[in-house]
Amino acid sequence: MKTYIKLFVLFIAHVLLFTTAVLAQETHKVGQKNKEFTTDKIVVKKGDSVEFVNEDPFFHNVFSLSDAAMFDLGSFPQGNSKKVVFEESGEVEVECAIHPNMRMTVVVED
Amino acid sequence: MNIKLGLVIITCLFAPHILADEYSSTVFEAGHPSLKKWLLPDEVPTPKDNQLTPERIELGKKLFFDPRLSGDKNMSCATCHSPVFGWSDGLPKARGNKSMELGRASPTVINTAYNTIQMWDGRKKSLEDQAIGPMKAHEEMNMDLGELMRFLNENEEYSTLFGKAYPDAEIGEETLAKALASFERTVISNNSPFDQWVKGDANALSKQQINGFKVFMDPQKGNCSVCHSAPNFTDNGFHNLGLAAFGKENPDLGRYTQRPLGLMKGAFKTPTIRDASLTAPYFHDGSASTLKEVVEHYQSGGVVKTNLSPNFKGAQLSDQEVEDLIAFMRALTTEPKPFTLPILPLAD
Repeated sequence: MKTYIKLFVLFIAHVLLFTTAVLAQETHKVGQKNKEFTTDKIVVKKGDSVEFVNEDPFFHNVFSLSDAAMFDLGSFPQGNSKKVVFEESGEVEVECAIHPNMRMTVVVED
Repeated sequence: MNIKLGLVIITCLFAPHILADEYSSTVFEAGHPSLKKWLLPDEVPTPKDNQLTPERIELGKKLFFDPRLSGDKNMSCATCHSPVFGWSDGLPKARGNKSMELGRASPTVINTAYNTIQMWDGRKKSLEDQAIGPMKAHEEMNMDLGELMRFLNENEEYSTLFGKAYPDAEIGEETLAKALASFERTVISNNSPFDQWVKGDANALSKQQINGFKVFMDPQKGNCSVCHSAPNFTDNGFHNLGLAAFGKENPDLGRYTQRPLGLMKGAFKTPTIRDASLTAPYFHDGSASTLKEVVEHYQSGGVVKTNLSPNFKGAQLSDQEVEDLIAFMRALTTEPKPFTLPILPLAD
């Protein structure tokens, strides 16, 4: 019986730890407006997400070819958004492929 | 520098309700404040380490027209970027060393000073970055840069001119590029009938041209201004326009060679439309001979639609609207002034 209680307590502890970790992860919003990202640089924690919101009346894209995070969120129109989780620490250069003047840096910390 | 200006009219009919706000907030009256965004800055953007001086411009002008910057001593920058062809060459595709046909059309030099990215595929950031590439390229000017530097250093007049332009620097690739870029920054179109109208001259544009401007901006019509945006009629962006050439075997992938994303396959930089009436043929492959052919391409919605820019959608215009739009684009040309060619330094 004691073994079952121990296992149950262990299970609860894991659930709590997992829930805490998930709750600790944040989603940061970055806009795309007037052919610019609304911020040049954002600092996030490993596991956090950044949601890119297109506020311009035409399509934008979001991608990165950085070692710390390589992704292509595709292109999406005004009012739509795409989210990416940053799972590795480091500096991530983010761009819009359509409008290369649009650049920003996501700094991912441990 | 070895590629030919094409005209791109990106007709993005996306989100018309929002674009309509911008369109409806524009007052199409000469001198109205809502039009001011279309005026280019009075001062040309210039890097801190290469401010414009008369000495740099004079040196750059001589270099730009000097065929001794090429391997066979018969091609200068002006061969493909000639003032008699709107600082382009009038060819669908550029011709380089031994008259070899190159892959793309020669873009105009006009207003490249305002570009934030250079070349059809954006592989160069600045005019300084761009200047040396065509000289070194075998298929273009095919010049041995070591030989060129010896020539420039040993030529008394060039040596003097470099000394005046860049007194604290040696004659080398960097100063050569800076001088060429300085001259290119003087090739500006900013006083077209459209500019005069924006500044307040009500007689500068005809009624038809003003109607054409409305078509150009109207999201339900041409909607061209989404990509050919203020003030230099370009977004410095990259778009696949569905040209026929993209459907051929091993097509030119354009921007994809620099940014390997599917969206960029067959995408090329939006050129300015300023002085477009001087720079035919159009598109990166010179596939449109006239402005009318350009507009017809947009009306068709593209030929190869496998990777169209999301900001591209065919425009449905009446014959009259097409004529008005073309008349407006012609009003973006600054009246050319006589151009004085430089006298080149003789060989010592």
